[in-house]
Amino acid sequence: MAFTLEKLPYSYDALEPYIDAKTMEIHHSKHHQTYIDKLNAAVASYPELQIRKAEELIQTLEKIPENIRTAVRNHGGGHANHSFFWSILKKDAAFKGEIADAVVKSFGSYEKFKETFASAATTLFGSGWAWLVKDGGVLKIMTTANQDNPISQGKFPLIGLDVWEHAYYLKYQNRRPEYVEAFFNVINWKTINDYYLAIK
Amino acid sequence: MSMNTDNGFSPVLSRRGFLAASASAAVLFAVGGFSCSAKTSSSPLGLPPLPYPENTLAPVISANAMGFHYGKHHKAYVDNLNQLIKGSEFENTPLEKIITATAGKEDQKAIFNNAAQSWNHAFYWRSLAPKGGGEPPAALKQKIEASFGSLDACKKALLNAAVTQFGSGWAWLVADSGTIKVIQTANAETPLTMGLKPLLTIDVWEHAYYLDYQNRRADYAAAVIDKLINWNFAAQNLV
Repeated sequence: MAFTLEKLPYSYDALEPYIDAKTMEIHHSKHHQTYIDKLNAAVASYPELQIRKAEELIQTLEKIPENIRTAVRNHGGGHANHSFFWSILKKDAAFKGEIADAVVKSFGSYEKFKETFASAATTLFGSGWAWLVKDGGVLKIMTTANQDNPISQGKFPLIGLDVWEHAYYLKYQNRRPEYVEAFFNVINWKTINDYYLAIK
Repeated sequence: MSMNTDNGFSPVLSRRGFLAASASAAVLFAVGGFSCSAKTSSSPLGLPPLPYPENTLAPVISANAMGFHYGKHHKAYVDNLNQLIKGSEFENTPLEKIITATAGKEDQKAIFNNAAQSWNHAFYWRSLAPKGGGEPPAALKQKIEASFGSLDACKKALLNAAVTQFGSGWAWLVADSGTIKVIQTANAETPLTMGLKPLLTIDVWEHAYYLDYQNRRADYAAAVIDKLINWNFAAQNLV
């Protein structure tokens, strides 16, 4: 099988009470797994695509055969986005490092960054993601619909927040703003700093 | 479909749904049922009352899920819309006209989204009935068979549309001139702006089923089609 679900580097309850264990378990073992299953189905006849990374596939979607392009965009995106999301979550990580300096420089302050990011995440209509990205030399906040990823637009994600309802509905139901507020307690700034240094 | 009331719906009742629900919901209906008096004092475009009590779609849709879906999500769309149109050209405009006037306009996307979601949800509640499912009335059934070959094929197409809509959206049964079709729309998009006549809809935003079904959207859609679909409502809309 080309693409497989990696185990989380922490337990399902590691992000409690901000993101609950049941949500994490279903999100990872069901939703993420389904994206992988559907990506595998899409590339079943294309061995040359099966050995690539999902991130590579969605970075150059125009090179994907047209008959499977939407499936790769949706399910390859779903696989890449969720893998990325799991990697940037950790409770009580300190806001520090070069990324912290860059965030403050770009947005004026941590509070201002938080406010802008939360607003983007809260107001995105429908299913999608809010992102902190590096776009050229600049840090920006943006949103994408469904499972689209900024790398398909040549931008490099540093933070991604899943605001599909499945990411928060069991615990927060219609109260997406509370989920977004809670998210700021589980941002793994150390990993994000590593990502930032790697593309700086 | 005549669309001349404040909340965008014809006041025609789904008789079957009404009768099934009315025994236990007399209090709800005494206030105004589906009629255009479904306003609240604070909102020019009111939240239309549910056509049945919240607990009567269980076990397919739980009372808890209904409470959030109707009482929070649907209400929020109506409230947001009223906020957005306050003092604008759309104040006192019928819901359906707001939808068609703002469709496809980037600068009026927020109004469109909330207006269309208000309409879609009200239409969705009426597309369901506590003792739904079964077979459509003869006239509709004939048209379905002419378009799909069989009722089963139509139900299969509707299920497939509900399951494969990627992201948030809706699955619809619509009339396109004389033909019955199944379509899917993303987010708030509605057949009203596509020259199609909506007959019934299934909400496939995750909030419609997540408390009861989590990731199992197919189970939700299949149960709705099997047990709740209000074919009488669809038949009325065809006329």
